Amino acid sequence: MRLPHQPGEWIKRGSRVSFSFEGKTYSAIEGDTVSSALWAAGVKVLGRSFKYHRPRGILSLANHDINVMVENGIDINMRADVLPVIEGMALKAVNTSGSVARDYYSVLGWLAPFLPVGFYYKVFHKPKALFPFWERVIRRMAGLGVMNPKAPRVVSPKQHLHCDVLVVGAGPAGLSAALAAAKQGASVILADENAQLGGTLSYDHAGSGEALDLLESLRAEVAAQPNIAVHLSSYAAGWYTDNYVPLVGPQGMSKVRAGKVIVAGGAFEQPAVFRNNDLPGVMLGSAAQRLIHRYAVKPFQRAVVLAGNDQAYRVASDLLAAGVDVAAIVDLRQDGKGSALGDIPLYSGYCIEEAVGGAGVEGVRICPWDGQGKADLSRAVFIPCDGVAVSVGWAPAAALLYQAGTKMSFDDACQQFVPERLPADVFAAGRINGVYGLQECLADGERAALAALGVAATENLPTTAQASHPWPIVEHPKAKNFLDFDEDLQLKDFANAAQESFDNIELMKRFTTVGMGPSQGKHSNMNAIRVLAKLRGEPIAKVGSTTARPFFHPVPMGHLAGRTFHPERHSPLHGWHQAHGATFTTVGVWQRPAYYGSDKAAAIAAEARAVRSAAGMIDVGTLGKFEVRGPQAGEFLERYYTGHFLRQRVGSTRYALLLDESGVMVDDGVVARFAEDFYYVTASTSNAAAVYREMTRRLQTWGLDATIVNLTGSYGALNIAGPKSAEILGQLTSTDLATLANGGAVETIVAGAAARVINVRFVAGLAYEIHAPAQTLPQLWQALFEAGQTAGIKPFGTDTQRLLRLEMGHFIVGHDTDGLTQPLEAGLDWALANDKAFYIGQRSLQTQARKPLTKKLVGFTLEAGAHPLPEECCLVIRDGNIDGRITSIAYSPTLDKVIGLAYVAPEVATPGSQFSIRRQDGVEVSARVTATPFVELA
Amino acid sequence: MKLLNCPINGLRPVEEFAYGGELRAQPDTAACTDAEWADYVFHRNAAPGLKQEWWYHVPSGTWFVAERNTMTDRVERTYLWGEA
Repeated sequence: MRLPHQPGEWIKRGSRVSFSFEGKTYSAIEGDTVSSALWAAGVKVLGRSFKYHRPRGILSLANHDINVMVENGIDINMRADVLPVIEGMALKAVNTSGSVARDYYSVLGWLAPFLPVGFYYKVFHKPKALFPFWERVIRRMAGLGVMNPKAPRVVSPKQHLHCDVLVVGAGPAGLSAALAAAKQGASVILADENAQLGGTLSYDHAGSGEALDLLESLRAEVAAQPNIAVHLSSYAAGWYTDNYVPLVGPQGMSKVRAGKVIVAGGAFEQPAVFRNNDLPGVMLGSAAQRLIHRYAVKPFQRAVVLAGNDQAYRVASDLLAAGVDVAAIVDLRQDGKGSALGDIPLYSGYCIEEAVGGAGVEGVRICPWDGQGKADLSRAVFIPCDGVAVSVGWAPAAALLYQAGTKMSFDDACQQFVPERLPADVFAAGRINGVYGLQECLADGERAALAALGVAATENLPTTAQASHPWPIVEHPKAKNFLDFDEDLQLKDFANAAQESFDNIELMKRFTTVGMGPSQGKHSNMNAIRVLAKLRGEPIAKVGSTTARPFFHPVPMGHLAGRTFHPERHSPLHGWHQAHGATFTTVGVWQRPAYYGSDKAAAIAAEARAVRSAAGMIDVGTLGKFEVRGPQAGEFLERYYTGHFLRQRVGSTRYALLLDESGVMVDDGVVARFAEDFYYVTASTSNAAAVYREMTRRLQTWGLDATIVNLTGSYGALNIAGPKSAEILGQLTSTDLATLANGGAVETIVAGAAARVINVRFVAGLAYEIHAPAQTLPQLWQALFEAGQTAGIKPFGTDTQRLLRLEMGHFIVGHDTDGLTQPLEAGLDWALANDKAFYIGQRSLQTQARKPLTKKLVGFTLEAGAHPLPEECCLVIRDGNIDGRITSIAYSPTLDKVIGLAYVAPEVATPGSQFSIRRQDGVEVSARVTATPFVELA
Repeated sequence: MKLLNCPINGLRPVEEFAYGGELRAQPDTAACTDAEWADYVFHRNAAPGLKQEWWYHVPSGTWFVAERNTMTDRVERTYLWGEA
C-alpha cells in the first residue's frame, strides 16, 4: 500500500510507469524499484529460493540478499530490490517451474529433511555413469537465471578518473569525510551505490525530521563544493593495489586512481535466525524503513518488531509514524530497553521461535528464551501479524578493507569486526569502525578525512556498545531456520558440517557453501561465524573471517570486456602490396605479404621460380634497423654479438649472432660498417624491440661512448634477389655492384634517392638489401619493379622467403631453434669469436664446449615417394628412440625434392647418413642428411 | 604495485613498463668457476624481501632500477642505473 507523501521520498509522484512481472501488469511510480513497486501493489511472493524453491519476499531491499532476482530475456539475475522500474519492462522471476506464485519445485521443501548439506556430493557420484544425468536434473531444479546466448552485444564505456581522495559510501560518515577533505583543498570523488546521497539519513528517521534536515544541509554543502564529484548508483567493485578502485555504474565503469581511499560503506543489517525466518513479510528493520521513507510504501499493516539492539526501537518509531499497527516489540535481551514506545507491549527476554504462514507471515509464536538459542516452547504465545521487522545487528561492509589488506579484529563490546590495522593510504569511517551514533559518524568521517590528508592524526572513536546482539539465533526442532538465504542453509547444516569435521571457517564455507551465493555472505557470514565459534567453544576472534574478494557486487561481463582493438603495423609499401593482390600474414605486430595472389601453392612456386631464374623482390622493412655510432660503437657490438666487429672493414657486412647469458641463441642479423664510428645493424622482425631494449641496457651498464638510434619505424627496406638482381639494380645506381660482392655494404644513391645497399645472401646467392627512409621506399620499390620488368622480376612474400632460405640451408632463430639451442648445435662454430675477452653468453659456452653435443641441426632430403609430407616437429627416430625433430620442411620446386632441417644425433650428422622421421600418421619415413646449401649458389 | 615512478617521466601506470629481471652483479667471467657462473645465470633467490630490479619504461625507452619489497609489493625507490 502506498503511503501519503513522505518527506525526502525518492519517487516522483507525477510520473507513473507500468511494467509486467510474471505476465501481470503493474503500475509504479518513477523512482520505484521493482521490489518496492510490487510490494506497494500488495505482491509478497517476489521470488523463489535457490534450493527448496521457498517463497521469498523483501529481506534487505539493499542488494544484500538475492531473494528477488528477475530476468527479462536478455539480462539475467537482476536484483529487483535495486532495479529501477522502467516503462514497459517485462520481467519474470528466475529459477521457478510454473510461476513464482505456484512453483512446482516447491515440493522440494517437504523433502528438505532428507537433503542435508553435502547430500549431493555423497549420493550422486555413484555409480559414476549416472552422474551426468543427476547433474542435469540438479542443475535444472536448483540455480539462477537461464542465459540467453543470443543476447545482443552491449558496448559498455570505460573511463579513467583521478582524485586525491575517494570516499566510498555517502552516508553521514562519507558525506562528512568528503566535505572535510574538500575543505582542505583535496579533489574528492564521492561514490555511493544508492540512487541518492544520504545512506541511513535517507531512511533511519525514528519518526523525526532531524535526519532529513541534516541530510538537506549536507547535500547543499556537497553541491556547493566544486572539488567533490558525486557518483551515484555506482558501487566500488573492488580494491586493487595503489588505490585503484573501479566504480561500476549504470553507464559503465570508471576506473578511479585515488591518492587516499576512505571506506565509509556502512554496515549490512543481519537477519535473525528462527524457524520460517524467510517467510515473505519477515524483513530487516532497515528494509522496512527504506520502503517507508524512500518509496512511501507501507511495509505491513500489523507488525511485530524483533529487537536485538536499540536500533529496533528507531524502526518501531518509523513504523508507528507510517501508520503501521505495531503489535509487539520482542526484545532478545533480558534487559531489553525499558522505554517501550507508547503502549506497545514489550516482551524482554523473549524470542520469536517461529513465524507462521504459507505465502506470507500470518503471525509469530514468541516465547521466553535463555539468550543462547534455547527457547521455552511450552510458554509460546501466538501474535497475529502480517510482518516482522528484524533489527538484531550488523556486519561491516568491509570488503574493500579486506582486499586492501586490513587486519580486522573482533570488538566484543560492539559485537562487530572492526579495522585493527589499516594499510597505508586506506582509511575507514563510520559504522565500519563500529561507530553507530549519528553525531559520532559525522565526527568519524571528518577524523578519517583529516587523517587521510595528514592534517591531524586522531584517535579512533570508541565503538558503540551492543550495536549487535551476540546470538540472534534460535534453535528449533523442526528447523527451517535459515542462516544463508542465497543457499537455503539452515542452522542444523552447520552442526552437520562441524560433525563431519569441517569446523574451520574456510572449510565450513566450502562444505556448506555459506556465503558462496550471489550475495557473497553479506547477510550470512556473521551468523555463520557466530555459529562456528559456538560449535568450537571459542571466541569469535579466534574463528576469524573468510576473505572478501572482488567483486563487491557481481559486475556484468560487458563492463569487464576489453575493446576489440588489435593495433597492427604496416610497412611503407603496404598500399602497393594491396594493389598487387598480396595475401597478408601477421608477423608480430606487422602485416606482411605471405605471397601474391590467392592460389598459395601456385603463387609460391612462381615466386620462387622467378628468384631462382631471374629476380624477385621482397619488402623487408619490418626488420629491426639500428644505427650504432660513436668512438666505442665497435667495442659495443664486439661485446653484444658473438663475432668480430672492431676489425670489420668499412664497407663490409658481418653476421651478427646474439646469445643470452646462458648461451642460447636469441636473434641474428647483419652488421654493416659504413665508417670507423658508424655501424648499421639489423635484427629479425619479431625480436627487433627486445634486441633494441637489451642494447640500450647493455650500453648503459658497460658505460661505452656510443649511441644507438632505432630506425625500425623510420626506415624501410627491400631485398632484390636472383641471378638478374645485379643487372636490374645496376640500371638505377652508379655504384659498381661488383665491389659489393661477398658481403659488401655502401651508402649510395638508388633511383635518385639516398639508400644503403647491403649484400645479404639469405634467400639467394646474389641478393641486395636496400635500406632507405620510409617515405622514399615506395618510389625506390616502384623504380626497381619497373626496371626489372623485362628481366621478369616478381614480388615475393614471406612464405616464398621461407622456402628460398630453406633451399639456401639457412635456419631462422626461434623457428629452427628453441629456448635451449646453443650455437654449436646449429653448426655456428665459425660465428663465435672466442679469442675475444667477452661477449654475452661466452662464459656459458665455455662450459658447454667441454661437454659432448647431444644433437646437431642438419639439412636433409626426404627419400622419394613420401606422402603426405611429415609436418614440422615430427620426431627423428633411431632404434626406437627419439634423437630429435624436424624444424622446417618444404617441397622445393627448383630441386623437385622435399628438403628440410632437423635435429639429429651427432653420430648421424654427416652428409649421406640416413635417419627416420616418424610422420604425424605414425609411419616412419626415411630421410638422408644433405649438405647445405641445397641449391647451387649463382 | 599498479603505479611505478619512472625517474625521467614520473608516476606512470605499470602497463607502460616492462620488467627486466633482478639487478645482480655479474661475476668476473675470466676468474669465476663454472659453478659460480651457473649460479649467476640460473639461480634466483625467491625469498621475499627488498629486491633491486630492472624496469623499462617502454614509451620513452628508459631503463631504471626499482627497489621493490616483494613481501609488501611496495616500491621503495627508483633511480637511473649508476645513480645509486
